[in-house]
Amino acid sequence: MIQVDNLKKNYFASNKKRGSDISKFAGIGKHKGLSFDVNKGEIFGVIGPDGAGKSTLFRILASLLLPDSGTASLDGKNVVKDFKHVRKIIGYMPGRFSLYQDLSVEENLTFFATVFNTTIEENYDLIKDIYSQIEPFKTRRAGNLSGGMKQKLALSCALIHKPKVLILDEPTTGVDPVSRKEFWDMLGRLRDQDITIIVSTAYMDEASRCDRIALMLDGDFIAVNSPQGIIDDYKEELWAVQADNMSGSLIDLRKYEDVKSCFAFGDKHHITIKEGFSKEKLYNYLSEKGYKDIIIEKATPTVEDCFLALAEENV
Amino acid sequence: MMDKDRVIEVSNLTKKFGRFTAVDHISFDVRRGEIFGFLGANGAGKTTAMQMLTGISKPTKGNGTVAGYDILRENEKIKRNIGYMSQKFSLYEDLKVWENIRLFGGIYGLTVKQISQKTEELLARLNFEDQRNTMVKSLPLGWKQKLAFSVAIFHSPQIVFLDEPTGGVDPAMRRQFWEMIYEAADQGITVFVTTHYMDEAEYCNRVSIMVDGRIEALDTPKALRQMYQANSMDDVFHKLARTSTRIE
Ligand SMILES: Nc1ncnc2c1ncn2[C@@H]1O[C@H](COP(=O)(O)OP(=O)(O)OP(=O)(O)O)[C@@H](O)[C@H]1O
Ligand SMILES: [Mg+2]
Repeated sequence: MIQVDNLKKNYFASNKKRGSDISKFAGIGKHKGLSFDVNKGEIFGVIGPDGAGKSTLFRILASLLLPDSGTASLDGKNVVKDFKHVRKIIGYMPGRFSLYQDLSVEENLTFFATVFNTTIEENYDLIKDIYSQIEPFKTRRAGNLSGGMKQKLALSCALIHKPKVLILDEPTTGVDPVSRKEFWDMLGRLRDQDITIIVSTAYMDEASRCDRIALMLDGDFIAVNSPQGIIDDYKEELWAVQADNMSGSLIDLRKYEDVKSCFAFGDKHHITIKEGFSKEKLYNYLSEKGYKDIIIEKATPTVEDCFLALAEENV
Repeated sequence: MMDKDRVIEVSNLTKKFGRFTAVDHISFDVRRGEIFGFLGANGAGKTTAMQMLTGISKPTKGNGTVAGYDILRENEKIKRNIGYMSQKFSLYEDLKVWENIRLFGGIYGLTVKQISQKTEELLARLNFEDQRNTMVKSLPLGWKQKLAFSVAIFHSPQIVFLDEPTGGVDPAMRRQFWEMIYEAADQGITVFVTTHYMDEAEYCNRVSIMVDGRIEALDTPKALRQMYQANSMDDVFHKLARTSTRIE
């Protein structure tokens, strides 16, 4: 449904005058150009550090930005040559969206429905899970909604014309945990109706709900796999550590000779280890430092661990 | 009498927009040097409450002190003694990194000499020396947020208010951001922070959870987990946050 071949875009090349940029490259397809496919009815996630090029890719797919070279097509239609057609079949939600702040919630939604020759009633089923949460406030100006409520409205607007392809650039940023779960349940139902979804996110629990994910770094995909496939490729031995003082132990764990990396994971720290690591030795090290309530146990890696390992490798 | 160890003390703080009560008689206090997590579902009233605490908006009802100053009468003094990173806006996108630092230093009342000295320190600490002339809008989000945080505590305020500082920030950067929060707290700066990442809730000393404008729960993450018989703060949140019933 989505087909991308050798896609390249370098902002730096087209904007040389800017001078002191972060690097000489900012965009996508730094080395050989970006290529990938997304199947019909698939949820394809793109994750990667800030600035990896996710939004650039999404803007090209949404036919709003011209690539330097390469091609992208949706449902067989080229995003450059057939942009008019492409815009009809996609629902696009940019990271920082533009709702009409002075229109009410309902007027915003009606506006997007009208543009696509449809009505709220016609496709209400599609948006009801999310829209029903802000519907009690439908007469309120969009500008007066809370951050997460705006996000929910923007999403409803992107969906109201029943697109074939949904392009969602960090749709759940600022959305609370309960609503995020409902939102992903909804994406699952849309997929079941054969809507194809490409979505970026900074929440790793969401990444694990995609059919496949691409890890994007510096403009390229460095891995594309199912979430479980990504986890299976994780080579490290992972342990979880708890103690009474978590901010202190974070620093002391990093200083410990047999610890390779240490990251906070809620009420635990996840550590990867070097050869010769022993649980007892670490236990003694921590208790000598005065820590209490120490628990050290084997941990199962998650997509988040994979991401962090990747980010460390590539600093 | 004001308690020296309480940097925030409010009672019955309330904000109405027309007939709608966005913040509904909240009372709580925050201790000096504490990392205080301010949680709640979308629309619960976090940003609205924070704007009253930072002297940006006037409460409809209620009273209290922030940084030792009265929130009703001394909001200008409050502004000078706190740092604030707002949900929408924290830096000027069309200014360079160093121009933002200078501008905010000026707003916070620092001298030119203090500003230039602190600017160097700040750029060095963030590893940002090469970025001093970069336009803020071309920085990746995580970098922007780290810069905005540094700017918000540039004048060593008593309290810093952070409204979803890590929203959309990638997992690695988010952890670096929290290490900056820990450092600030170690220096005695009280941190008042909202987030929708429940792992971050665990990093707070105490956490409050708002539902429909009211504070439904307030305690340490551990005590909350026990109280709600939950394995994680995520569970706690799911049990509490969606008891919402309000309409316009
Ligand atoms: N100026 C205003 N006029 C009318 N209603 C408002 C105004 N500002 C905020 N509200 C409403 O007050 C409620 C609380 O909003 P607030 O922004 O404080 O929520 P929040 O907890 O910060 O949510 P989020 O997590 O989504 O940022 C919402 O229903 C919002 O629409
Ligand atoms: Mg808010």
